[in-house]
Amino acid sequence: MTTTTANTTPLDVAAVRADFPILSRTVRDGKPLVYLDSGATSQRPVQVLDAERRFLETCNAAVHRGAHQLAEEATDAYEGARAKIADFVGATPGELVFTKNATEGINLVAYAMSNAATADDGAERFVVGPGDEIVVTEMEHHANLVPWQQLCQRTGATLRWFPVTAEGRLDLSGIDELITERTKVVAFAHQSNVLGTVNPVDALVRKAREVGALVLLDACQSVPHFPVNFRELDVDFAVFSGHKMLAPSGIGVLYGRRELLEAMPPFLTGGSMIELVRMEGSTFAPPPQKFEAGVPMTSQAVGLGAAVDYLNAIGMDRVAAHEHQLVERALNGLKEIPGVRIIGPPDTVDRGATVAFVVDGVHPHDAGQVLDSLGIAVRVGHHCAWPLHRSCGIPATVRATFYLYNELSEVDALVNGVREAQRFFGVA
Amino acid sequence: MYQEIILDHYKNPHGRGLREPYDAESFQVNPTCGDEVTLRLKVTDGKVADVSYEGQGCSISQASTSVLTDLVTGHTIDEALSTMDAFVELMQGRGSVEPDEDVLEDGVAFAGVAKYPARVKCALLGWMAFKDALARTSNEVEA
Ligand SMILES: Cc1ncc(COP(=O)(O)O)c(C=O)c1O
Repeated sequence: MTTTTANTTPLDVAAVRADFPILSRTVRDGKPLVYLDSGATSQRPVQVLDAERRFLETCNAAVHRGAHQLAEEATDAYEGARAKIADFVGATPGELVFTKNATEGINLVAYAMSNAATADDGAERFVVGPGDEIVVTEMEHHANLVPWQQLCQRTGATLRWFPVTAEGRLDLSGIDELITERTKVVAFAHQSNVLGTVNPVDALVRKAREVGALVLLDACQSVPHFPVNFRELDVDFAVFSGHKMLAPSGIGVLYGRRELLEAMPPFLTGGSMIELVRMEGSTFAPPPQKFEAGVPMTSQAVGLGAAVDYLNAIGMDRVAAHEHQLVERALNGLKEIPGVRIIGPPDTVDRGATVAFVVDGVHPHDAGQVLDSLGIAVRVGHHCAWPLHRSCGIPATVRATFYLYNELSEVDALVNGVREAQRFFGVA
Repeated sequence: MYQEIILDHYKNPHGRGLREPYDAESFQVNPTCGDEVTLRLKVTDGKVADVSYEGQGCSISQASTSVLTDLVTGHTIDEALSTMDAFVELMQGRGSVEPDEDVLEDGVAFAGVAKYPARVKCALLGWMAFKDALARTSNEVEA
């Protein structure tokens, strides 16, 4: 994570907030909204909303079909967005597949792998079966766990996982036993959506390369928050969702190294993804079209392109530096409260702006309800990472996640709100 | 939403703990938050003889299970089912159902919870376990 900002001025939060109409609304009888749930989904600036609307008002049409002017302009807008987004994460447009969300991206790869057994020549490296292993981590979001469990179930491969230390970091001590010649895929989160931990991509990629395993990076909680370059990280696949980075829901991205996308069989098939269709059989278009069957989302892709423009204009270094300040303040404030336990690294080293915690004597649901009554939106529960919570011996946590539009005063509101919850339930 | 009655039941739950003998047991979990309850039911002569439970969860789910034991224990199955229906109706009414204190007793305190859709599932967790356990006892009786 970037922590130095020598060459950049701090982010102007007031100016940013002015771009997000929803942030000025009130909730629960007139309380100003304190939105600390961007890890679940982020809010959208007018620039993104306007881009979507402009597209729909001026050139809406089915892309890659039809020869009329609207279809041409819509295709340009769609492909233009792809090029921008690819550039944002260090990829080329041909390596960037649009999906519904990150979940679909991971499923696409997992299903392509089970299709590989019966696919044309060239797909052998994607075939998994008995004796092969898929390696994940215990801190994965269900989106990067269940599809691999299912792939193992379909193919007879075995799922293995890295445990998490008491401090909420990956325990790599068993890496040589976990990632072996049998490993076909290593899939892990760049940043945990609960712990905030930023995982050591380089160490995992190096080991995976040694044994010839493919690496899939779940970048849902990294791409929105700090500069990420997939090529430099040297991962094979990566996924992220637009709605977590100021863009509409219904649009996500699967990145794949070009040669892999060329060799990998498709998941969904049908219109738009074909080269030649005869009654006896079909051939497929080159990637990324090979993986985009059917009429795709268009205004959503354009919206994601606009979100990338917005983030670029501010600068991801600046976004990261701002979030660093927020999480530092949150950790310090929460640590001072007796009875509050942070679930995740207690310091800001290799850690993003996600803070999960439990309050002794106050169930996370109840803490969340008190915070909600104060206008503070946090998430409570297991945040789609049930095994992680189980490994920590807790059923649920309260989670606050910060983004570029959050202010330090909102962190203070959270800390005061937690104290209020303790008073209310008589544990302070 | 947090009526004093709810907090009282949360802090001093009635009938908590798993007891023998029992005819059926049900384990229910709220998959969105991980709250759990295990509930045992003993039926004697068509009446609810004992409801015992263990669980982990928020004040709402724990308190409503405590209230449940008060409302159904000693009552006939039919009475218990109609109380359950009244409670479910209250919880699904989005705050528009006027609860009958004669039927629901301490359960009326949950009227405010019905305005928070995310918490309705918490309030119904123990009741779903009761319903499931009841179905299991009648299956066994028929079998
Ligand atoms: C780390 C991580 N992976 C995957 C996902 C799934 O994202 P989506 O639901 O947008 O597919 C999320 C979002 O909740 C996440 O935080």
